Amino acid sequence: MPDSPQRIVIVGATSSIAEHCARLWVAGRAVALTLVGRDAGRLERIAADLRVRGPGSTIAVRTVDFADARAIRALADALAHEGVPDQVLIAHGSLPDQQACQRDLGLAAEALEVNAVSPVLFAEAFAGHMEGKGGTITIIGSVAGDRGRRSNYVYGAAKGLVTRYAQGLQHRLAGSGSALRVVLVKPGPTATPMTAHLPQRGLAPVEQVARAIVQGSQAGKPVVYAPGKWALIMMVIRHLPAFVFNKMNI
Amino acid sequence: MVRVASWGRLDDHEHELVPLVDRTRVAAQVAGARGLPQGNARSYGDVCLNPGGRLWRTTSLDRFVDFDPASGRLRCEAGVLLRDIQRMSLAHGWLLPVTPGTQLITVGGAIANDVHGKNHHVLGSFGDHVLGLTLARTDGSVIDCGPERQPGWFAATVGGMGLTGVIVEAELQLRRVAGPWLVTDTVPYRNLDEFFALADGSEAGWEQTVSWVDCLSGIGRGLFFRANPAAIPDRAARPEARAAGVPFVPPVSLVNALSLRPFNETYFHLNSLKAGHAIAHFEKYNYPLDNLNDWNRMYGPRGFYQYQSVVPRAAGRAAVGAMLEAIKASGQGSFLAVLKTFGDRPSRGMMSFPRPGVTLALDFPNRGAPTLALFERLDAIVREAGGRIYAAKDARMPRDLFESGYPRLAEFLEYRDPGISSAMSRRLIGS
Repeated sequence: MPDSPQRIVIVGATSSIAEHCARLWVAGRAVALTLVGRDAGRLERIAADLRVRGPGSTIAVRTVDFADARAIRALADALAHEGVPDQVLIAHGSLPDQQACQRDLGLAAEALEVNAVSPVLFAEAFAGHMEGKGGTITIIGSVAGDRGRRSNYVYGAAKGLVTRYAQGLQHRLAGSGSALRVVLVKPGPTATPMTAHLPQRGLAPVEQVARAIVQGSQAGKPVVYAPGKWALIMMVIRHLPAFVFNKMNI
Repeated sequence: MVRVASWGRLDDHEHELVPLVDRTRVAAQVAGARGLPQGNARSYGDVCLNPGGRLWRTTSLDRFVDFDPASGRLRCEAGVLLRDIQRMSLAHGWLLPVTPGTQLITVGGAIANDVHGKNHHVLGSFGDHVLGLTLARTDGSVIDCGPERQPGWFAATVGGMGLTGVIVEAELQLRRVAGPWLVTDTVPYRNLDEFFALADGSEAGWEQTVSWVDCLSGIGRGLFFRANPAAIPDRAARPEARAAGVPFVPPVSLVNALSLRPFNETYFHLNSLKAGHAIAHFEKYNYPLDNLNDWNRMYGPRGFYQYQSVVPRAAGRAAVGAMLEAIKASGQGSFLAVLKTFGDRPSRGMMSFPRPGVTLALDFPNRGAPTLALFERLDAIVREAGGRIYAAKDARMPRDLFESGYPRLAEFLEYRDPGISSAMSRRLIGS
């Protein structure tokens, strides 16, 4: 219906990129936005900010255990019951210390859980409800998922899994003739608190990446690199023969 | 550790960047630690640098807490950009009463440098519109202060260069506007006497006044810009903002002896032809360079200095004249040359820069020794006139000029946070 506000759910809403996407969405027409995360306090502070930016929108906050499949299922069911979302953004993730992951298998397991398994479970849960109706599920992957490399391959592996999952879901939806679209966004390195320890030169401003996500979600493209130049860069990187790639210190 | 430079790009140094993201955790993060709060790093010199040390970066501490559209009172985290405040508040009929030449600074940075704008004689400086702020200190204490509660802390923090603590939140009073439009007037002037006549004559009828001065002319010819808020609504309109950028650092400064004179000639004559009244959108009029990303790169790999001074009005005419002559004689200078009279109002901050008098601000490409030599000549003029240099722009003023220019320094130091230190504080205060 053109008049009822767009229903948007953001999973991992405390991430910097997600928060900037939320700001863009409430700055437009009024929306009914649900922020999902683990820390109720942080979510409330983000909600209060969004209410100032978008006084016509309604902002709700939900917490859930991001590693518990049953809880994720229950949450998706509850939200769909209130109203099937038009737009879901799956944005959670955290960049682990690669060296620490190599030393501590438990850390590696957590990194894979948070960056691979959890996003997939959320997407599956919402897809079930949205497949019959339509809308968009946007998943934030990463250029790191295009090819594993020594400086961050635990993170890269997780994001690679997410890429493969998005492809599979897109194939499923094409087969069922569903109006639901899946948009996989692959940001390059972005200036957020997650990258404050990395050289700052060349990091994309978070507003720019958020704008690419919001625009890409609107357009419904299956894969969006943000900024766009990474499409070309990663195509080259993906095709480098091993004997060349292995010499690169990245 | 990552390399960080300030806006002048004079050098870059390794810093440990610690992003502040959660306002309820700042006090705990800062307690027992050493570092320097930093906003959007738009200060030109070293007020926002702490080479080899820690920077508490506030740009992710950028949430609104509450806004009351009836009273225009806004509570927000210290990392909110002035641009985001105004883009939110305009729709409700409010704008910030005071902004400098860019919106791309944080609230914390605006307070710490007590920034001023074109309407100083009517609305003073940024600190005049701060209702209160929350300060986290490295000894673990959190101080809630304002003009009437714990006023010493407040007066020390306004213009306090970040040295009194980390500003976490602030409450601001916005001002009512009918819309985003300004009625503007441009008047060419041929010498300094005409400038002062225009400046004095404009105070009563114009809220905003500033002038561009041809720094190579030696006689102080230039263009006087004045503006008033227009009673035209249409709050939804925003100018078509096509952001351009300077995508790389050119190998030499684009501002140089060959480019400056023709630019100044053209700029003066073209604008003299366009002199008169016009309607302008406040964003384009007030923040003309904000849409040119990384414009500071145009000064080349050595970066640039900004020299901004204020001299008391009595000595003003002679001092400004002497400075313009010294600049002309040196052959150095820049497109960006601003001359403005301040209003007769005291600043709230102990270390605030604005005072009654006339301020001259210029950018200079960094040519090393000749640039520093010119500054020494300018220092002598400022010192003799009893003036001072603006810390937010400064990278090299001598310690004696800092001490003579800021008589409340000793009082300010009583509020200093011993865990907070910057390259500037080490240079000018000794630690």
